[in-house]
Amino acid sequence: MIKTKLSLTILGLATALVAGPALAAGGNTKLPERQPWSFAGPFGTFDRAQLQRGFQVYREVCANCHSMKRVAFRNLSEAGGPQFSEAQIKALAAEYKIKDGPNDSGDMFERPGRPSDKFPAPFANDAAASAALGAAPPDFSLLAKARGYSRGFPLFLVDALPIPGGAYQEHGPDYIVALLNGYSKADDPNWNDYMPGNKIAMAAPLADGAVDYTDGSPKTLLQYSRDVSAFMMWAAEPKLEERKKTGFRALAFLLVFAGLLYYTKKKVWADVAH
Amino acid sequence: MSGPSTYVPKSAIGRWFESRLPIMGLVHSSFVVFPTPKNLNYFWTFGGILSLMLAVQIITGIVLVMHYTPHVDYAFQSVEHIMRDVNWGWLMRYTHANGASMFFIAVYIHMLRGLYYGSYKAPREVLWILGVVIFLLMMATAFMGYVLPWGQMSFWGATVITNLFSAIPLVGESITTWLWGGYSVDNPTLNRFFSLHYLLPFMIAAVVALHVWALHVAGQNNPTGVEVKDVKRDTVPFTPYATIKDGFAMVVFLAFFSWFIFYVPNYLGHPDNYIDANPMVTPAHIVPEWYFLPFYAILRAIPDKLGGVIAMFGSIAVLAFLPWLDTSRVKSASFRPVYRVFFWVFVICGIGLGYLGAMPAEGGYVIASRILTFYYFAFFLIIMPLLGLFETPKPLPASIADSVLARGGSASAAAAGAAHAPENK
Repeated sequence: MIKTKLSLTILGLATALVAGPALAAGGNTKLPERQPWSFAGPFGTFDRAQLQRGFQVYREVCANCHSMKRVAFRNLSEAGGPQFSEAQIKALAAEYKIKDGPNDSGDMFERPGRPSDKFPAPFANDAAASAALGAAPPDFSLLAKARGYSRGFPLFLVDALPIPGGAYQEHGPDYIVALLNGYSKADDPNWNDYMPGNKIAMAAPLADGAVDYTDGSPKTLLQYSRDVSAFMMWAAEPKLEERKKTGFRALAFLLVFAGLLYYTKKKVWADVAH
Repeated sequence: MSGPSTYVPKSAIGRWFESRLPIMGLVHSSFVVFPTPKNLNYFWTFGGILSLMLAVQIITGIVLVMHYTPHVDYAFQSVEHIMRDVNWGWLMRYTHANGASMFFIAVYIHMLRGLYYGSYKAPREVLWILGVVIFLLMMATAFMGYVLPWGQMSFWGATVITNLFSAIPLVGESITTWLWGGYSVDNPTLNRFFSLHYLLPFMIAAVVALHVWALHVAGQNNPTGVEVKDVKRDTVPFTPYATIKDGFAMVVFLAFFSWFIFYVPNYLGHPDNYIDANPMVTPAHIVPEWYFLPFYAILRAIPDKLGGVIAMFGSIAVLAFLPWLDTSRVKSASFRPVYRVFFWVFVICGIGLGYLGAMPAEGGYVIASRILTFYYFAFFLIIMPLLGLFETPKPLPASIADSVLARGGSASAAAAGAAHAPENK
């Protein structure tokens, strides 16, 4: 009798909750599809070649407007990232002009970049960027973690679970790929299917053939958007591989330790009725 | 406390020290020989888990502060510096951020255990009220801590919540300006939140010490709600029995915690907090962290600003009156079949309020919030007082030992008893 009342209450409330909208954004905004990422899941790692291609896309296309001010040149040669060689990074950095100073006369001056420098921004500040482009392009360093979407109830609960398709932390890159491929109206360059509100200040930045890949990867919009999104994910989480590797060791230790403690507890309590 | 300590140190140095500062005796009587009911279930391990989490938060917090800059122009970048450049900085940051959520998961289970088993009833009223004080301090600490990274949610969450103080009649605006240190949330606000966020955990630690002391005076409650009658039959010494059980529970909790730190570290957070705070741009949806969502829903359910503030603080204050609101003589819900149903509806109501707190305050969501807010208060102010007068509880066991024997104890105990029998002859 009590059990039936309780189950009915639970069922009623559950139905009310599930009946809620699954769409996060209102109106015409679509929900992004899940992309297959090499770095997804507990054993995910970045694909070095993909990160290098993504960096190429950033450098040739995105860097004209978007800064990446929290990433240093040297990060590109560190473990867990695109892993360019130190020589390549020295040469890359030297191609950039970095403002430095004041010198002994009190003047600011420009010098070639060093690996320890951060990527210089294309515009001096947000106001300059807005004046040139109409709106200030967001910085790339954290963009993959600063964007996401809600999958609604009950899927958002599943996202945390240690099941196939769970441990879903790639909302940001999925959103970015969808956005880059979401310019569906040829007559309206500021219409995007995935941007909340559907109006985006940036016109489609990429198209088939825009970037010349030298490793044989397809020169398609989808490939460019996946590669640059993976690169952006690395820029936002350079320690991702180290984190997942450490996590495996930590969890393995804790699970073995828990097992040992469990059997010890059982032994200690064996002579007590409880 | 069952009187002065029975601890006698074995070494001469031990006796010399013990006669000057009897701390070893204190530890011995509180955590070694302390009589613990033998029928406790795993819901009683959350006190130990909470102490562990307080230690984890303090240690990771102190390390983070060594690398953090509490100024509006540098705070966000200093956190990124911790994540990228400081050795194991990412681990400290993710442990601290997810640790706050774990702290609240544990405290909600701990409080629900108290509600279910009547642990707030005499003689544990002060213990319960100290717990409410700890909960309030935790909420203040977590709120201020979330502001420190100075992301969009940090700034705007601080703006929304500090603005609530302006609802106080007459002095509200002045209090809010005083709190802010200016005319809006800005650098003075960040600086003072940083100072208080560092201070409050140590106040929590002090109140926890009082909380454990109050617990040890009364002794633990247990799943039957029947007090200890015979120390030899009903209890076991804390060490090794509760120590090993708490240790096991802590390691399992750490494994759950580690899943979040290492594999889904941003699941409980909000992407908008990875954007620098911008007073000129308001996020589409301002939401607090998940552990505040039920209270946020209650706040927004009331159409009046001051009414909402009173309801929100009232929803926590009402907890302090629980020992006197509940008129039932029977402690444990195991013997209160009607109360049990209302309790579980309350749990679902709390989860529902949490869901609604994350939704925009429009249409059906507001109606649902009002219904659930009504139930929340009705549970404490109407149901609990009335149920005690009208409910017929199930018959209580004569003692803890009797309830354990009635359940059949454990098979190995019976076997061990049989094995030991020849020696006892």
